[in-house]
Amino acid sequence: MDIGSIIGQLTDGMVTSILIFLLTLLFSLPLGLLVAFGRMSKNKILSTVMQVYISVLRGTPLMLQLMVVFFGPFYLFGIKITTSYRFVAVIIGFVLNYAAYFAEIYRGGIESISRGQYEAADLLGYSKTQTFIRIIFPQVVKRILPATTNEIITLVKDTSLAFVIAVSEMFTQAKAIAAAQASMVPFIVAAVFYYVFNLLVAFGMNRVEKAFSYYD
Amino acid sequence: MIMKLLELNHISKSFDGLSVLRDVSLSVEKGEIVSVIGPSGSGKSTLLRCATLLEKIDKGELIYKGKKIASPGENGNSIYASKEDIRQAKKIFGMVFQSFNLFPHFSVLQNIIDAPVTVNRENREEAKERAMKLLKQFELDDKADAYPCQLSGGQQQRVSIVRALALDPEIMYFDEPTSALDPELTAGVLKAIKELAREKMTMIIVTHEMNFAKEVSDRIIFMEKGIIQHELSPDDLFDSKYERLNEFIGKIS
Repeated sequence: MDIGSIIGQLTDGMVTSILIFLLTLLFSLPLGLLVAFGRMSKNKILSTVMQVYISVLRGTPLMLQLMVVFFGPFYLFGIKITTSYRFVAVIIGFVLNYAAYFAEIYRGGIESISRGQYEAADLLGYSKTQTFIRIIFPQVVKRILPATTNEIITLVKDTSLAFVIAVSEMFTQAKAIAAAQASMVPFIVAAVFYYVFNLLVAFGMNRVEKAFSYYD
Repeated sequence: MIMKLLELNHISKSFDGLSVLRDVSLSVEKGEIVSVIGPSGSGKSTLLRCATLLEKIDKGELIYKGKKIASPGENGNSIYASKEDIRQAKKIFGMVFQSFNLFPHFSVLQNIIDAPVTVNRENREEAKERAMKLLKQFELDDKADAYPCQLSGGQQQRVSIVRALALDPEIMYFDEPTSALDPELTAGVLKAIKELAREKMTMIIVTHEMNFAKEVSDRIIFMEKGIIQHELSPDDLFDSKYERLNEFIGKIS
């Protein structure tokens, strides 16, 4: 089998991998901010719950979390698991996991902004919401970009974990073809895919960082 | 009748049991310029932070233009007015911080017009026009498009003065406005404050610049250990009958 047809067979998987990547970012970035707010809340109960959430999600393997999300409804509530739930379970698992990491990145960024910024905004009449949206958050974004880039690059590679609940993302297919053909080529194609994907991520994030470099 | 813009009556404030202000009273009339001097830890900055509502007073009364913003409750502890009253009171004054606290992601112009436009819903072009006038007055008009990180400390502090002025305050508070600056840059900022004095802006200035305080103030207050120890006329600053004040001035000049 030539490389062209191997790539052809892997295309579906690539689309699935990219979809997992995009949907995870789409939901985990905002969810992470909400978790960070909860974690920093003055409400002790909310803050403790979020702390436990972050601790568990960061402290256990993503692979295990995906299995819990997928099999959980059946084992815990006896709900029949459908095939279409596979992909949904992958997205839920990834979003919950990445939101925990993003939450801590956001928290670090938010806590690094000096009190003086809040005080100046307060005395200029900004409401709490206006202060966060106009003054604090834009500065937070700039500060957390490098850490966020790291997470996003990890996410690209983590998409391959979807195989544990048999979602046929690209790596699942590469393994199948490699086994069937007794060939290394699918693995090399897979490696090139992840590498190029991450090159693009790094390039894109670098552009974003540059866009924020107009001030120190 | 002369209107009192600010009245602080018998205010006390402590942090974790440490008493920072003890029964301090101070009132300021329209057009008055009061300098507050004293060693560090004397409560000068806390006094300003209480007046600007950045800190809450424990005991006493805080009045802006006759309206009670904080007053003693039944158990003696101060109770604050409604959020709306506090919001209105905050419009009366502007504050200049020791550390400038400009917004680093905004240009100089945006720093100045952002609050008028987004908070007070002023017309952007009109706000811009007024900002440019103020920038020109403080010799900063060529810096409108610069970012704070591109300016010297002295320029940043002058921008922060303009930013406060753009909201048309009736009182300006200065919390050690030149303490983060070298002598050359200090001169530029002091010149800007003198410009305001010439326009009869009501001001309370916490400062370590004794010559400046003497020159610009109507009254000087010497604070130590959370208490207003002495209140004197600027003419008496370097020649007062108070031993401790003379010692303090001797040490820092």
